[in-house]
Amino acid sequence: MTFSPDLWSTVGLTLRLAFVTTGVLLILGLPLAHWLNTSRWRGVAILETLVTLPIVLPPTVIGFYLLVTFSPNHWPGQLWQSLTGHSLAFSFAGLVVGSVIYSLPFAVQPFQSALKGVPESLVEAARVSGASGWQIFRHIAFPLARRGILTGVILSFAHTVGEFGVVLMLGGNIPGVTRVASISLYDEMQKLNYPAAHGYALVLLAIAFVTILILAGLQRRADGR
Amino acid sequence: MNFPLQAEKPQTLLVCAASDLTYCLEELNAAFQKAHPEITVKATLGASGNLLAQIQNGAPYDVFLSADIQYPKALIDAKAAEADSLTPYATGHLVVWTTTPGIDVKGGAGSLTADAIQKIAIANPEHAPYGRAAKAALEHLGLWEKLREKIVLGENIAQTAQFVETGNAQAGIVALSLVLSPKLANRGSYAAIPLDSYPALEQGAVITKKGGANPAAKTYLEFLKSPEARAIFDRYGFLLPEGGRAASQSKIETRESEIR
Repeated sequence: MTFSPDLWSTVGLTLRLAFVTTGVLLILGLPLAHWLNTSRWRGVAILETLVTLPIVLPPTVIGFYLLVTFSPNHWPGQLWQSLTGHSLAFSFAGLVVGSVIYSLPFAVQPFQSALKGVPESLVEAARVSGASGWQIFRHIAFPLARRGILTGVILSFAHTVGEFGVVLMLGGNIPGVTRVASISLYDEMQKLNYPAAHGYALVLLAIAFVTILILAGLQRRADGR
Repeated sequence: MNFPLQAEKPQTLLVCAASDLTYCLEELNAAFQKAHPEITVKATLGASGNLLAQIQNGAPYDVFLSADIQYPKALIDAKAAEADSLTPYATGHLVVWTTTPGIDVKGGAGSLTADAIQKIAIANPEHAPYGRAAKAALEHLGLWEKLREKIVLGENIAQTAQFVETGNAQAGIVALSLVLSPKLANRGSYAAIPLDSYPALEQGAVITKKGGANPAAKTYLEFLKSPEARAIFDRYGFLLPEGGRAASQSKIETRESEIR
């Protein structure tokens, strides 16, 4: 088994992608979860379905649509190009977009159930006392829902580290930009370089194990065991 | 109605092939099926290096068509393929290709330095023979270091072509056989990379150890040498290895001017 400097830089990039994706999901996911919970709009079921879809959707479907829609031949791609100066494919930002979609349900669903657990009476009481929406979130909803929110954060982080199909279709395998650890493992296996492949596999396994172990620990604490 | 006394056993043949054959293989197999309706051919495409790894790990393919003849040779050395079945079937060619309007690649690899070309797709040199050849050609032409920042890697030569076809990469170095396929012909423009700038892409087929027990595998390799198969290979720009370098070079350039 070998752990080359390439391995560590690739793992570093993978973790960076997971951190950025999780951050974006936290910022987008919490308001989205709140809105899905409270909206009386009829179309909300369709939106909820769309948010949940990536759980069952093959990653190649996401990769395919992103690659085609955001190609410079179509207007979304041209818009992206004029905003960022480069194409969505083959860029770190492109992988973030793909990963946010890919991991969306893993953040939003735990957020939704966590926020649902906040007693309506407390929120109501704060509101009549004149608290603003932000204050209610900051001092009541967030502290009460923090375990569920953390669950969403950990799950979407782990899920992004485990991403492969979307990156394979969208990334272009650029070292330091889009070559994540799961792709490197695949490449090393194809080169029949098993010692290096073992290195990547073990590191990915360890990351996944530790993340899920933390999650299990949180769960036990929440259950008071 | 006549019922044969002994029903002929249906035969299945698993063929795995380098992805420069993506479109060519469909035609080859259709022609083969016509000649041998008793045999069902199932095809798998991928990067040759990937297929090699799969066969070494017990993949059940009977025949392996590799874009690099070294891979079948490695299988024979490892006693994972039939030594006497090695059949060179073609030489592959590299072309610079674009489908992006306003991009001009008539100057060949040299035109890739243009600023309008932000991304250049090549196949992964680590395990795709066309990627290795593309890298060798760019190094030979003194362009590798200059273009390095723009290079994106396709998993195999077909994905590389797809990056170019969708315009996500403004240009790429792909297999002539792909841009000559009915699917991609008349899309964009291409120019050949001189054959003397990269090691020849000698392609070879082999019967695997498992295929040794399947008589259909031998029938298939015989078919690959038939004039009918040769005509199909030829249409896709695959020239026989013994065709000679000078002859094949002139052939590519003619095809180029026909399309323009």
